[in-house]
Amino acid sequence: MSRNDVLVTVDWVQEHLGQPGIVFVEVDEDTSAYDGGHIEGAVKLDWKQDLQDPLRRDYLDKSAFEALLSSRGISNDDTVVLYGGNNNWFAAYAYWYFKIYGHRDVKLMDGGRKKWELDGRPLSKDAVQRPATQYVASEPDLSIRAFRDEVVAAIGSKNLVDVRSPDEFSGKILAPAHLPQEQSQRAGHVPTAINIPWSKAANEDGTFKSDEQLAALYGEQGFDDSLETIAYCRIGERSSHTWFVLSELLGKKNVKNYDGSWVEYGSLVGVPIEK
Amino acid sequence: MCGAPKQGGTLAGIDLSTQTVIQGSVWHDGAPVAGAYVRLLDGTDEFTAEVVTSPEGEFRFFAAPGTWKVRSLAAVGKGERVIDAEVGLNETTVVIE
Repeated sequence: MSRNDVLVTVDWVQEHLGQPGIVFVEVDEDTSAYDGGHIEGAVKLDWKQDLQDPLRRDYLDKSAFEALLSSRGISNDDTVVLYGGNNNWFAAYAYWYFKIYGHRDVKLMDGGRKKWELDGRPLSKDAVQRPATQYVASEPDLSIRAFRDEVVAAIGSKNLVDVRSPDEFSGKILAPAHLPQEQSQRAGHVPTAINIPWSKAANEDGTFKSDEQLAALYGEQGFDDSLETIAYCRIGERSSHTWFVLSELLGKKNVKNYDGSWVEYGSLVGVPIEK
Repeated sequence: MCGAPKQGGTLAGIDLSTQTVIQGSVWHDGAPVAGAYVRLLDGTDEFTAEVVTSPEGEFRFFAAPGTWKVRSLAAVGKGERVIDAEVGLNETTVVIE
């Protein structure tokens, strides 16, 4: 696995628009962004409506994921290229999700929607309809997903990487500052976690920093290559961005994303918290 | 839970007795800039959040009392503004020269 296997540039995307066997998928937090203009031919996945179980707090089960991808016209053999707003937070979450269900060839567009827009590249408002498929997912690969008990057990023994902003890590604020501040969770972080904000891995235009810069970043912040790793944030999307960097770009082994993240951990009764 | 709030618009439903709202608009050449990327940086210049301005060039953050920097990045250029925020409504304008 290397950068070229998992990342494509905006130029590459523009050159491959309309090519059979490649499906471009936009995944946003601001789900109205797609409707205002999207990359030509790209289909939309709504982070909340499409990718979350409508009742329980969880991602979709296997059959629901199969139904979703089939309805979007995505085949098992397609190359899926994901992109989105917020510096690809939710596209990275979808990348991790596609990997959970075993999609063979999935990539991120480096820089996401932001890079595309800042370059002044064309956006289309045309409705996109792809013929339905019969998508077959694998059983979920839980080797890349951490649950709460593993996080508690990892205190002091694994790399716990808290990728939120320093003010969330310290407990000054409880949510990223584009959202109203919540009152429900306790503020702070998991003891022994190191704070390496996701944003340090990205350039201002949303593209990822170079492999050399990324390797230096985690090394300087006390990341121990000999240990297993769990990344978390507030709801698991920014930590997907860091999971992508650690696992897919830097090739580190045994990296898990804790998608329960602070919304879950900060509400648990009796677990240790540091501030 | 995490749908990005629409930028601009009314403050209805926002409790200004507990929230520290930093909002304003981005201007360039005498006109508001729609679709500009605006990021909020903390007192150490570390990224805290980013939004995209509304058609009227508006942005809004929910922060905490303290000193913040608002930096705008758009196809037309960059601008930034430092603001000392308190609980309640804090308004500012970012001009891209």
